Amino acid sequence: MPILLKNVQTIRSSEITPEDVFLRRREFLAAAGLALGATTAGMLPGSPARAAVPPLGAVSKWPESTIETQTPEEQATSYNNFYELGTDKGDPKKNAARLITDPWSVEIAGECGKPGKYTLEDILKPHSNEERVYRLRCVEAWSMVIPWAGFPLGDLLKRFEPTGNAKYVQFETLLDPERLPGQQYPVLQWPYVEGLRMDEAMHPLTMMVVGMYGKLLPNQSGAPLRLVVPWKYGFKSIKSIVKISFVEKQPDTSWNLSAPREYGFYSNVNPNVSHPRWSQAKERRLDGESKGLSALFAEKRDTLMFNGYADEVAGLYSDLDLKANF
Amino acid sequence: MYQPCVPASVQYCLSASYGNEELQNPRMFSIKSLTKPVVFILCLLPLIAGIYSIATNSLVANPVEDLLHLTGEWGLKFLLITLCVTPLQLTFKWLWIAKLRRMLGLYAFFYALLHLIIWVVLEQELDLSAAINEIIEKKYITIGIIALLAMLPLAVTSNRWAIRKLGKKWKPLHRMIYPIAVLVIVHFLWQVRAKDILEPAMHLGFLLVLLIWRFKKIVAG
Repeated sequence: MPILLKNVQTIRSSEITPEDVFLRRREFLAAAGLALGATTAGMLPGSPARAAVPPLGAVSKWPESTIETQTPEEQATSYNNFYELGTDKGDPKKNAARLITDPWSVEIAGECGKPGKYTLEDILKPHSNEERVYRLRCVEAWSMVIPWAGFPLGDLLKRFEPTGNAKYVQFETLLDPERLPGQQYPVLQWPYVEGLRMDEAMHPLTMMVVGMYGKLLPNQSGAPLRLVVPWKYGFKSIKSIVKISFVEKQPDTSWNLSAPREYGFYSNVNPNVSHPRWSQAKERRLDGESKGLSALFAEKRDTLMFNGYADEVAGLYSDLDLKANF
Repeated sequence: MYQPCVPASVQYCLSASYGNEELQNPRMFSIKSLTKPVVFILCLLPLIAGIYSIATNSLVANPVEDLLHLTGEWGLKFLLITLCVTPLQLTFKWLWIAKLRRMLGLYAFFYALLHLIIWVVLEQELDLSAAINEIIEKKYITIGIIALLAMLPLAVTSNRWAIRKLGKKWKPLHRMIYPIAVLVIVHFLWQVRAKDILEPAMHLGFLLVLLIWRFKKIVAG
């Protein structure tokens, strides 16, 4: 007997929640929760209801984006290294719902004029988002091409007035084994920490990212706020940031702490410096160009110095031995 | 006569009764004669499932990596399954299971060989000088290759003719499977990133149980 699905026809398009409204559903819930709390407790909340993750707003296009084939969104958001959500490539997407990003705040600390704890909204408010398509090169010898949405990190850092002692910037991921269940296992030293030299942090290519593929970042990609440094191996681009510190000494970085002979502080993409696990001369581009079984025979490509951004960034390292400072 | 030092299970395979129960009991024929082909197909399923998923699932981002992991992990699993045969046979008096050991051991070799072929053809793209460089430079790959090469003499002497021909030498040769299993797990452990050792450690624990069992048998017998 055929099953009649007549109800399917009766959903009018006007009833479907627009994606931007859907993505702001927590705002409504939070507002509803506060309203409920206010009525039952008979008092007004101390802080106004707000969206923890503000919408992207108008996103301008960066003219220098690469025109290479972009990795399909589906693949870029289901093949992830985010050990806080599990060590298999598919785990971060499976466990993504655990990472609640509302509310979110970022602590600014160290050698600067305006340290303090800021809400995500305060962090993001003055910046408008720009879409930039960058190559992302993982140290595991695969690469993707991803349209990020965000703004130059330097614009953010300047607002907090770094002092003359600020030689490096350290970043820290959220530490919460409930929301990031991978932190229940001592795979790495938690929280994940990363760092940049001040000139690297201020470089116009270095991005604070809040979105990808025209939407807010999905949790498995480091929502609500992550770093993207396109000329360095992917693990430098730390996810789900809760703390940014201006420091005088070169800060600890997680993978360097875990295996100092394998992962250096700089970790610039460099085909001439072989990693103990993976030769870095070539890379497998994951861009969905070849599908199904033919993807097995897709040719690898040569890895470019500084991931193809040498013209822009080589000058940062003119007096540095890149073999010793890998 | 049988060689006295050939294991009981091997003796059973060589014995006159091996494969002859069917003739004595026609009802056993229908079930027992199916065991081997069914297990043969079951052992192929991980590979078939892996290839099917790559062919049909657009979510597979890095299929070469998937196949490499699949063949490597199943090579090790079949090694450990093969090592379970004698303990199971002796503990539960499952004589019939000994008949499967050769096939299971050959499957371990099959998956390991496939693992190497995929690495050379798809990962190294048949650039043999690069592959050899990698084998020398990356110690976990060196160990993997040694383990596979050490499996080769075991695979080629797993037939009945070689068992007869080797006589007393067959058993010590095939005991090499234990150090080989250790090498395979070292190969697995060595490529773990950070301290994500749960999976190889579980395989190592399982192997240790089997080794303790084997050691007790040797001491006792």
